[in-house]
Amino acid sequence: MIAQSPALLVVVPLVGAVLCLLLGLIRRELCYPFVLAILGSCVILSFDVMGIVLSEGVIRYRLGGWEPPWGIEYLIDHLNAFIAIIVSSISFVVAIFSRKSIEHELAKEKIIYFYTIFLLLVTGLLGMTVTGDVFNIYVFLEITSLAGYALIAIGKDRAVLASFEYVVLGTVGACFYLLGVGYLYSVTGSLNIMDLTLLLPELYTSKVVLIAFAFFMVGLALKIALFPLHVWLPDAYTYAPSTVSALVAATMTKVGAYVMMRIMFTLFEPYFSIEFLPMAAILGWVAAGAMIFGCIQALAQTDFKRVLCYILIAEVGYIVLGISVGNRAGFTGAVLHILNDAVMMACLFMIAGAIYYKTGMRHIYEFAHLHKKMPVTVTCLIIAAISVVGVPPTCGFFSKWYLVLGAIDARQWFFAFLLLASSLMVAIVFFKMVQTIFFAPSPAGEESHDHGSASHSHEEHKHARDEAPASMMVPVFIMVAGILLLGIFSGEIVSTVIQYAVPKGF
Amino acid sequence: MDTIQFIIGKFNYWVYVVLMMIGFYAMIAKRNLVKKVVGMNIFQTAIILFFISTSSKMGATIPIIQSGHGDAADHAVNVAQYANPLPHVLMLTAIVVMVGTFGVALALLIRIYREYRTFEEDEIYETLEVMRLKK
Repeated sequence: MIAQSPALLVVVPLVGAVLCLLLGLIRRELCYPFVLAILGSCVILSFDVMGIVLSEGVIRYRLGGWEPPWGIEYLIDHLNAFIAIIVSSISFVVAIFSRKSIEHELAKEKIIYFYTIFLLLVTGLLGMTVTGDVFNIYVFLEITSLAGYALIAIGKDRAVLASFEYVVLGTVGACFYLLGVGYLYSVTGSLNIMDLTLLLPELYTSKVVLIAFAFFMVGLALKIALFPLHVWLPDAYTYAPSTVSALVAATMTKVGAYVMMRIMFTLFEPYFSIEFLPMAAILGWVAAGAMIFGCIQALAQTDFKRVLCYILIAEVGYIVLGISVGNRAGFTGAVLHILNDAVMMACLFMIAGAIYYKTGMRHIYEFAHLHKKMPVTVTCLIIAAISVVGVPPTCGFFSKWYLVLGAIDARQWFFAFLLLASSLMVAIVFFKMVQTIFFAPSPAGEESHDHGSASHSHEEHKHARDEAPASMMVPVFIMVAGILLLGIFSGEIVSTVIQYAVPKGF
Repeated sequence: MDTIQFIIGKFNYWVYVVLMMIGFYAMIAKRNLVKKVVGMNIFQTAIILFFISTSSKMGATIPIIQSGHGDAADHAVNVAQYANPLPHVLMLTAIVVMVGTFGVALALLIRIYREYRTFEEDEIYETLEVMRLKK
């Protein structure tokens, strides 16, 4: 229990980023353990913050001792303490994974800068999560995005072009958010979320407030790649280095979705977002589009990471659907899905990274007989896939269960049906993958049985077990264990944390 | 008559909207990547102008009591008579963010130019298509 832990949660990775650069200039090898230490302390701090919230209630931390409406305030309740744990834990595990993968994919002299920007990205994400000031969210949003642009651009192939497209669209999103802040400030004179909550209800009919809300929503939808504003995501996340894909896919869209929840249900009252404006209905249809479109596109792709990107777009749709139905079960499902999807996506992207590291294969049609070469990786892939589809013992099932319940509670039968339909389509995507891995005919393999022992041993050699190194497999194991354990303990997670995070009025 | 009043009375907002749309147009319609970045910059500048213009008042003074010139010191006590400093401070931060974005975008452009030897989007996609067919 440290009194300053809310601020340290942001300060530690920020200072760590600068120190990492200096340390790297002395000895490059020191960067990796240093980053692990920094992110490890972030994990401890986030659990500490969660402990304080659970025992003492909402934290209102005043930076520099300034009183809330004037100074910046960190506002931490059950919801964002939960998100902070997700962000710090996922980034810690991905950092463990990063060592071999980055050495393989990047030039040596770039590693120092990679880790520096990696820490800046985590700083931005944690900052967005803990802050209770709308303008501060904008600043951290841009720190996150700038770090993201840089990390994506260091990839190969078309990474630079994809990153450029992301810069242009991401800036539009952030600027829309900033305009929303400006409009709210011009009518209320406040930037503090708790202060605005008190000031806004009288102004709900004001056109300025309505426009501000619209700008917030469009800006955030661009940032979380909500269909139809998702065009930047597949290219950017496909061509980024494996580590970066795993980190940004698992965390960036999720934190954006969290900010969307904050704006809709804390800054504005649920009554305003759901009944006063048809925002919930619009988001519901958009989310439905995302679920179906993402899955159809995923079916059409051959690049494994690209398949995952489109599934991610569908998953963002699930989360937004949970937000839009506007009841207890739906919201619980959305928050639980933020956790589960972060774990599943990190796991799948790390598996994609491990396969690429060992074999250099990106496309699914090349994966034939992969189970002979990398049996453990393929097992992990199948468990993660089962979870994304939503089969009971894994965590993916439970969040989808809550989401379907939420849709049924809101009498949105069609959305409940679409949710199940899109799960089925994800099942087809992964079934195709499994079929390729286990049953695809390999032209060389079929003939080698009849020929001499020389070609046979060559065949043996080709299929010899050859797993990725431990530093890549251990994070994957942690995530797979997470998928199973989070499934088993999802009831506990809901009853100890998420049920308190549900906004009043649901 | 009313329309003219409406336009003149809120001309600062009109300027920001027009600037923003010019920037937006450049980002969407221009096929040259440098022009897109410039459009992006205009877009961001428009928002900064919007914030600054919301804080301005006719005949207002700076929000400093000590060493104010003449009767400015007395004015600065009364809320109606000094310019709100907060939007300026916010925009200082936003300008830093803007410069950062601009820098990253230009750095990306340098790398794109090294790889494709052009800033024209059409030519880049042509090169990509040729590379794809070669494979």
